[in-house]
Amino acid sequence: MFYGYTLEELIKEAYNNGNPLPEYNNAAQVWNHHFFWESMQPEGGGSPGRGVLQQIEKDFGSFTNFREEFIRSALSLLGSGWVWLVLKRKERKFSVVHTQNAISPLALGDIPLINLDLWEHAYYLDYKDDRRMYVTNFIDHLVSWDTVTLRMMRAEAFVNLGEPNIPVA
Amino acid sequence: MALRTLASRKTLAAAARPLATAAAAARGVTTVALPDLPYDYGALEPAISGEIMRLHHQKHHATYVANYNKALEQLDAAVAKGDAPTVVHLQSAIKFNGGGHVNHSIFWNNLKPISEGGGEPPHAKLGWAIDEDFGSFEALVKKMSAEGAALQGSGWVWLALDKEAKKLSVETTANQDPLVTKGANLVPLLGIDVWEHAYYLQYKNVRPDYLSNIWKVMNWKYAGEVYENAAA
Repeated sequence: MFYGYTLEELIKEAYNNGNPLPEYNNAAQVWNHHFFWESMQPEGGGSPGRGVLQQIEKDFGSFTNFREEFIRSALSLLGSGWVWLVLKRKERKFSVVHTQNAISPLALGDIPLINLDLWEHAYYLDYKDDRRMYVTNFIDHLVSWDTVTLRMMRAEAFVNLGEPNIPVA
Repeated sequence: MALRTLASRKTLAAAARPLATAAAAARGVTTVALPDLPYDYGALEPAISGEIMRLHHQKHHATYVANYNKALEQLDAAVAKGDAPTVVHLQSAIKFNGGGHVNHSIFWNNLKPISEGGGEPPHAKLGWAIDEDFGSFEALVKKMSAEGAALQGSGWVWLALDKEAKKLSVETTANQDPLVTKGANLVPLLGIDVWEHAYYLQYKNVRPDYLSNIWKVMNWKYAGEVYENAAA
């Protein structure tokens, strides 16, 4: 049925407007995990590059606000799933969202920039039930802002963020 | 232990509360407490490790209890003020944390050390009803294990009794949704937690192994008693 589709196309199609077909879960989790590995780097964390930082400050007020919102959203997910920084296509702004189980913002039409796995298998061996510590370590020490810069440059080919203010990779 | 700490903390808080809020407390909020396990943390080994049982009870269940009580108090305040948006907003926290408390309270009773009769298949009325509705005890075990393994994300798999139709069925619920969300007539006889926190330290990603070993410590005597009370 999905012969010849790219993985992204398959995910959007198999999501089936919120009534996922049997193909959806595994396809989306392959994509989500691949995206997750590239969302991290050794000695990551710290502060984003200029272009990304400017957009974060524009949409969240400050980097501190974004960081708090990311942690708050991760902790308020009930059950298994993911927390994301996305670029909302229609609103043309950054937003932090969480999704249940295998749901990907791709399927909802938004452009993901960061994701963090919130299934217990992602942190239980290291952190037990302490999701807060896991999320805090990710955002402070693991997230790859270099990757986010590249993803934002690509996203700006699809979404006009208002200024020809393309960040330097 | 956790229960005692919780209870004494609550007593202290209540004693310190001024009169005005004491009146609100008297009006209605009955909070819940973390129940003690009917066996030691290590008593279900090797089917379920003592470390899992301790964390599951002292951390996970205790957190559901604390957050449920907090939501109840917020609900009480919102109801008193006629604050409808807050009353509605609190529903998801109540369902999740209240469900977590309800589900785990059942789950602890569903398990029993092998030395005390855990794993002994059901007899009498429940045994006959299982044969009638599933064909055999083995067929039921197979069905519950398969549905538990196939559940996407976190949740529970249940052996349910429809107390009106007097019929058994296997149900699954997502996250901490209690069985009653699947039907007002459904009574939980057995619930198996398939959240990763219930097995990951011991079984890693191999949920089917957890689901095949848990039957060795299943308390069918308890399920049989619930069945006979509800089906009567």
